[in-house]
Parts: sequence; structure tokens; C-alpha cells
Amino acid sequence: METQNNQLNYIEDTQGRWGIFAWIFSTDHKRIGILYLISITTFFLLAALMGGLMRLELIAPGETIMDAQTYNGLFTVHGIIMIFLVVIPGLGAVFGNFFLPIMIGARDVAFPRLNLFSWWIYMAGAILAVYSQFAGDGPPDTGWTFYAPYSTESGTNVVAAVFAAFVLGFSSILTGLNFIVTIHRMRAPGMTWFKMPLFPWSLYATAWIQVLATPIVGITLMMIVAERLFQIGFFDPALGGDPILYQHLFWIYSHPAVYIMILPAMGVITEIIPTFAKKSIFGYKAIALSSVAIAAVGYFVWGHHMYTSGMSGTARWFFSFLTFIVAIPSAIKVFNWVATMYKGSIDARTPFLYAATFIFLFMIGGLTGLVLGSLATDVHVHDTSFVVAHFHYIIFGGMGFAFFAAIHYWWPKMFGKMYNERVANIAWLITFVGFNVLYFPLFVIGIQGMPRRYFDYLPEFHAGHLISTIGAFILLSGLFLMIINIYRAKKHVTPAGDNPWGGVTLEWQVPSPPPTLNFDEIPTITKSPYSFEK
Amino acid sequence: MTILQIFSGASNFVEGVDTAFVLIFGVSFFFLFGITAVMIYFIYKYHKSRNPVATQIEGSNTLEVIWTVIPLIIVLVMFYYGYKGYAVMREVPEDAITVKVISYMWDWDFEYENGKLSKDLYVPLNKAVKLELTSLDVIHSLYIPAFRVKEDAVPGVANYMWFIAQLEGSYDILCAEYCGLRHSYMEAQAIVVPEEEYLAWLADFDPEVKDPKGLEIMRANACMGCHSLDGAKLVGPSFKGIFGSERTVIVDGKTTTVVADEDYMKRAITDPNKEVVAGFQPNLMQSYKKIIAEEDINHIVDYLKTIE
Repeated sequence: METQNNQLNYIEDTQGRWGIFAWIFSTDHKRIGILYLISITTFFLLAALMGGLMRLELIAPGETIMDAQTYNGLFTVHGIIMIFLVVIPGLGAVFGNFFLPIMIGARDVAFPRLNLFSWWIYMAGAILAVYSQFAGDGPPDTGWTFYAPYSTESGTNVVAAVFAAFVLGFSSILTGLNFIVTIHRMRAPGMTWFKMPLFPWSLYATAWIQVLATPIVGITLMMIVAERLFQIGFFDPALGGDPILYQHLFWIYSHPAVYIMILPAMGVITEIIPTFAKKSIFGYKAIALSSVAIAAVGYFVWGHHMYTSGMSGTARWFFSFLTFIVAIPSAIKVFNWVATMYKGSIDARTPFLYAATFIFLFMIGGLTGLVLGSLATDVHVHDTSFVVAHFHYIIFGGMGFAFFAAIHYWWPKMFGKMYNERVANIAWLITFVGFNVLYFPLFVIGIQGMPRRYFDYLPEFHAGHLISTIGAFILLSGLFLMIINIYRAKKHVTPAGDNPWGGVTLEWQVPSPPPTLNFDEIPTITKSPYSFEK
Repeated sequence: MTILQIFSGASNFVEGVDTAFVLIFGVSFFFLFGITAVMIYFIYKYHKSRNPVATQIEGSNTLEVIWTVIPLIIVLVMFYYGYKGYAVMREVPEDAITVKVISYMWDWDFEYENGKLSKDLYVPLNKAVKLELTSLDVIHSLYIPAFRVKEDAVPGVANYMWFIAQLEGSYDILCAEYCGLRHSYMEAQAIVVPEEEYLAWLADFDPEVKDPKGLEIMRANACMGCHSLDGAKLVGPSFKGIFGSERTVIVDGKTTTVVADEDYMKRAITDPNKEVVAGFQPNLMQSYKKIIAEEDINHIVDYLKTIE
């Protein structure tokens, strides 16, 4: 492909706008990706610090640094920010925006203005979410799940928090819609569905969940607001409502939401492993179609959050059965990733290290999910710290580590500068060790019977909580080292080059940083996306 | 509680549940260590220093089928054992003793068939016990880790659970569904005693002695989760010696004092966030104006006058 020496890159090209306006009013998908990167990183750090404070409170039984009401507010706000502001938009909004058009050979997404509007909606929702913490009658204390009738009765600022989640939903729906149309209509000539890279495939499966499932949580959250303001009686039995109905409606969205987080993460890992193994992905179609299978079956497993709720016996075994079935496409991906390494020529650099640890942590998250999908065992560990450990292994160990893998993989492309790889590897090791020290003990005390969302606990759980808190601070120090190291990449004088890792997908064939229109000439695709043969 | 207490046999469900645990964990560890070991071996063996040129392999349909079908069979076996260990939890024997569980923020009451109320759950050894779960306010979840049982107490829904306790002793009962401020303190004990001892305990109760009407109404509305009768400071102020006392309250951010007369006590029930006693959080209590009838509020006030 031609190098585009005359074209400005997207960072230089302000399109005549001044300072910050060149960013917040830009419809360039790459600039919007950076906007999300900055916003999401900020909220991530905020909520991670809240997590650190919660762990500090739990370092010993009894009140340590805060009272129970503050603690209940903290775990609620930690959950709301992490789920709705960080992990749901996460990879799709940052790397999907930046790389989806480039990877499929397009100049932008299908609806660039809608794309910018989605970011503005995201910010409006984010401001509302932060507002709900400081205004009104104290931060919401319902947990991010807003279970009725507690959420319809709590005296705290629930309405603002719920409304924030409602607004954020629109951002997610519109981004999903944008990606679906982009993938259908804007692939480069010759790029058939099965010549499309697998990160776009995962974004495609994700986008359908965003479009189809998010409206349900939007309506459900509005029902909570209506219940609180007008005492309608949807969920509160005192008014003739049904609390179990709320749980069904909530999880119809919120379980597929887990796949909104993890599918793009799987997509990132699928990009990284071939690049560093210098080898075509093993089982391309199996990986592509398993994304679709996860998205499809993932709609019908929500009831596994409700085995002890009083749901009918039939529903309990039905959801348990489907939960076991949905494990299969994830297992298929793991086998194919490992098989891709077979007879490769592996260069274990920072993004690859994160990808390999993703596989390990994701397996722990997935296998402990079997314990929770199984009826007999779930009855025991449901609503214990076992669940907390499980979903942090999936969301943080999975989506989070995939995000770290992605930022180390694509950073030189996005900014044209390489970070210090030695420091990055040290930060990786600290983060990986800290993560396991933090979350693994929670499995053990969960099996012993430590319920979740507990401000205080019985003495037999002390050792586990103490180790976990130590892990939290190892993890936080690893995170800070990682972020500082990436940020300091800008000081490097020598450019990273257009293709520092020797990748073969389209983003490695444009300059670093990419020019505003990505390509001088839209490429014509003749080969599979992971063809390393010269 | 010692380490995990696998197969302790504290209840009739422990064996079925722990069998499913051992099966799932066994298979999981096998795959976790197996796959991780293979991955690390590949990273070592096919490192670019040892294998400078990769061999391009696009995939293998045989392998795809193998690693789809084998895990599928394994998870179906897991599903079966999970279902088997669980199905018995829903089949209550006909001769089970029924105990009504009344849960509220943030305590449990256990009501026996003869009307006896208890703060702890006394059960006879080797006898089936059925718990009928009720809630007066939000969702709670009754959890006895040693028995491997848990079921939510949902207001307006008739949930149940059952078990046979097989080992004498005292076991923790915890609330597993988040229910607000004192969720983590919503504890009780399941006390397993020989049947004779249980029957003696159950009989030690005079159904003729009734609590005052006001106290019953307060119990039914879960007042006692936050307000004590003995002066202990819970979430709300104690009722001890309340009548006629001088209260320091905060009205619209200003501190003032009022005398707790009948009128004040009624206002505290119907409009609790108007005058908040100094040192307590506002907005934790809702108005009971529409929930408790006026006549019953009078009963409560009459009763509170007697708490000295």
C-alpha cells in the first residue's frame, strides 16, 4: 500500500477547530475513540480507588475506616461506574471506534455524527451518574442491581442513578446500531464475511446484543422510577406488584450485558495471538461463529441469577441446562487460541503476555461459572463472595486484561510512539500477581459461606479478607505503573513505525498514527485476514 | 467452622451438593492445569528463538468436533449431578415440622406451629423441617452454609425450603440477599438438639400470655429491627423511656428540643424525616401513614408509654 506522506495524521488534523473543540466536536472515529479512552480510563481509576477503599474497610472485622451506610453506597457506586461507564462501553467504544473502520477498510463508521452524539450521551449519563453520588439524599445504596422492593423504598438518591443508567443505555444502543450498519455496508471490496478479521466479528455479535437487549433494561429502570414517584405497583408487593418480575426484566438485559463486555475482549485476544505467533488463526470459522452462538444462547440464560429467588422448578433446571450449553462456544475459543500457538514462532512481548494471562484468568472465571450454573452448588455459593470472585475473574481478568492487552497492542498505532516494554512487562507481572491475590481468596471464603455485600463479617473469614486486601494494593500499584509507563511513551523521540509487531490485518498497513481518512485508496481484499504467507 | 467442611453431613443435602462440587472442581482443575501447561509448553517450545519460522495451519475440522463434543458431554454430566443434588431440595417430606420464618430489616423471627416465637431456629435432630419464608419489607435470603441451603424470603411470595439436620450443634444463619444498612448483622443460629430436648423447649411456652397489642403491631411492621426496647442504639433511637422525655431533634437543619408527648410519637411514625433525633441519619425510615391504620398507631403509642 502507498504511504501517505502528504496527508496529515488524525492528531495533527484539527479540521480548523481550536483546542479541545477539535476533539469534542470531531466526528472522526479515531478522535471519538480517544475521547472514550480518556473518559473510560478516568472513571475506571475512580471506581478502582473506590474498590481499594472497600477492600481497606474489609481488612479486619468491624468498622475500620467507614460506616456501613458509606460502605453500601461505595459498593453501589463502584458497581454502577464499572458496569455502565467502564466495561459495557469499554473495548467497543475505544478500540471498536478506532479500529473497526480501519480493519474493514473503511474511512469512518457509517454514521459519524451519530457516533459523536453517542459520546455526548455517554458523557451526559456519566455526569448524571456522578451527580447521583453527591446530590440528593446521599449516594444510592441498592447495589448496581437495583433490586425491588429495596430500590423502590430506599431513601437514597436512587432515581438519579437509575436515570443515569437509562441515558447511558442510549449511547450503547446507538453505537451498536452504528457498528452493525458499518459492518454490513462498508467493508472493503473483496472482504466477504469470512474474510473479515475476528475483532470486527466479535463487535458485530456484540452490537446485536446492544441493540436488542438494552431497551429492556431501559424500560425496567423507568419502571423503577415510576414505582418510586407514582407508586404504580409493578414490583412492590405492598402495592400489588411482583419483586421476581423485576429480577427477570433486569437480568434479561444484564446477563447478555456480560457478553457485551466479554465478546470484544475475545476479539482482541484473537487479533493478538496470531500477530505474535506469526501464524494464521486456528479455526477462523469456529471462532467467528462461536461469537454468534454466545450472543444467541446468551439471551436465554439470565435465570441462573435467580435459582434461589422462588422461580418455578421448571425454570430453574431449564436455565441451568442452557447455562451449561453456553459454556461450549467459549471453550471452543480457548482451544483454538491455544492451537494457534502450536508450531508458531512466538514473540512473547507485552500484548502477548496480557493475552496469555487473559486465557488463564478467563478459564478460571469460566470454570467457576460452571459451579454457579449447576443447581446444587449454586444454591450454596449464590450471593457469596464466590460470585464476586467469579465475575471479577470474567470482567476484570477477562475484559480488563483484554483491555490492557489491546492498549499495549494498538498504542504504537494510535500515537506512533512505543512505551518502555521492560517497564510494561514488570507492570504486567505485578498486575497479574495482585489480581490473583485479590480475588482468589474470595472463592475460598465464598465456599465457606461468606455472603457478598457484607460490611462486616464473622472472624473465620478474616484471613481470606486480609490476603484479598493485600492483593488489592499490589494490583493498584501495578495499574499505576502500567498507566504511567504508557503515558510516558509520548517522550520517546523515535517513532514506533507503521508495523512494530509484524501484524497482517489492515490497521498495520496504514501509517502510525493513521491519517484522517485512513486510506489514500480503499484496498481490495483477496486473502484471509491472517495470512502470514508472503 | 473448619476448612470448607466437605462432606461434613450436617444436613441431608451436604453429600449431594458436595458431590457436585467435587465433580465440577475436579474436571475444572484438570482442564485449567492441562490447558495452561500446554499453553506454557507451546510458548516455550515454539518461541521464536527455537522455532524461527511458523508453520501455517488454518485449522482442523476433526479437532473442532472433538473439542466441541467432549466438553458438551462433560457439561451435561455436570448439569445432571447439579440437578440431582438440587431436586431433593424441592421435595418436602409430608411429616416435616413447619416453622414460619419472619424476616425483616434486620432480624429473623421463627414462629412454631404452637405459636412460640424464637430468635434462633431450634430444630430436632434427624427430623425433616420445612421453613416457610416470609418477609415484612424487602427481599432477604435465609442461608445456612453448613446445611448447603439457601432460599430468598420475598415479600408477597410463598417461598419454602427444607432440610434434615444430622449433627448436633449450633450453625450460623446468615442473610444472603442485600437488604440495606445492617444486612451483614442479620444473623441467627440454627440450634440442632435431640428430639426430646427440642420437644421440651417447644413446650416451654404459654400461649395464653400474649404480648401487648402495640408490640405485636410493631413487630408485624418490622419496627424492632431498628429500634430497641432496652436502650441499645440501633439504626434508630431506642424506645426506652421515650414518653415524656426531652428529645434533641433536627428540623430543617436546625437543632431544637421537643417533649415526646403523644402527638410527637404519632408524628414520628407518620412523618419520620421531619424531626430527626440528633445523632441519627434521616431518610432511613419511611412514613407509615398509609401502612399502619390510625387505630393501630394509637395502640403503638399506648404501648410505648409503658416502656420505661
